[in-house]
Amino acid sequence: MILLDLFIGFLKVGCFAFGGAYGAIPLIRDVVLSYGWLSDEMLTYMIAVSESTPGPIMVNLATYVGSSQAGLTGSLIATLAVVLPSFIIVLLVTALLETALNNPYIQALLRGLKPCMIGIVLATGISMILKNGIVLQDNHMFIRPLLMTIGLGAVYFGSRRFRKRGISPILLICISAVAGILIYG
Amino acid sequence: MNILLDLFLSFAKIGLFTFGGGYAMIALIENTCVAEKQWITHDEMMNITVIAESTPGPIAINCATYVGYKQGGIAGSLTATLGMILPSFCIIFAISRFLDHFLEIVWISHAFQGIKIAVGILILDAAVNMLKKMQKKPMPRIIVLCAFAAMMVINMTSVRISSILLMLTAGMVSLFLFVIKRPVMKGGAGQ
Repeated sequence: MILLDLFIGFLKVGCFAFGGAYGAIPLIRDVVLSYGWLSDEMLTYMIAVSESTPGPIMVNLATYVGSSQAGLTGSLIATLAVVLPSFIIVLLVTALLETALNNPYIQALLRGLKPCMIGIVLATGISMILKNGIVLQDNHMFIRPLLMTIGLGAVYFGSRRFRKRGISPILLICISAVAGILIYG
Repeated sequence: MNILLDLFLSFAKIGLFTFGGGYAMIALIENTCVAEKQWITHDEMMNITVIAESTPGPIAINCATYVGYKQGGIAGSLTATLGMILPSFCIIFAISRFLDHFLEIVWISHAFQGIKIAVGILILDAAVNMLKKMQKKPMPRIIVLCAFAAMMVINMTSVRISSILLMLTAGMVSLFLFVIKRPVMKGGAGQ
């Protein structure tokens, strides 16, 4: 049943998404692709939309996936599921056991979980760049995606040399949209 | 003003005006809850950040739950969390109804060809920032490397292993190493 799948899928995301929004993206990809809810392409578009609209990215993605699969009910269920674990855990920690997080066993568990999450996010970023930047078809390599990847990477990382904080993610998305229209148009 | 209503409106405002989620929100939450409303102290705010980093889920939700609970118990934490989610829920729900049609417009689909590339760059950047903040010790480095290698294989081939399984394995290995090391340390200290 789709509603139950949505609930369990996003509950898993909510339980394991350490490291904020970008930590959740590999998990959401995992769940969404394995159930076949959205194509990889559509999900990538939606990550950009979630980044450019207000609110936590994880919650935005859950709302969107839920809505695309089962309308308003689906979006409510998915959003509830992604928020529920952190709501309950923070409530337990603040209400009952302020010291639980200092427990040496929990600390040891977290020392394994967090670096693992970093490795997963790193691999996800690199494979997305490789997949979208180096498009091969019939032994023919397309030059436009490669040029855009190099150009956008240079703009984003290069801007930090001139301004302390560089350009914001939303500005990068705007620049990339304009570049897409100019190069493919 | 009623505290619950105040919590709801304040967090709805934060939810409506912070883009990009995560750490971008912490500044605004601190501004509202510490400086303006004085619901929590600066020290408590630091405490929340630590809790948020050690618990899963959106950081903004963690903050809203904590502040809401401190001010109005369970009802407060529910209201604050609901306020945090509601604005973006409405916006994304509206977008989800017309995004498919929107993408059929030629120049918008071209724009998304570019945006697709930007998303990869943003995710890579997030990972690099997390790496920079990580403890510079051999153990975390080995875990990062193993997780990275495993995830690259999963992404590039058709092997399907859930990333949650990878995380659980890493957590268990770390816990196991801790448990087998611990008695030795304890015995040493006891004598």
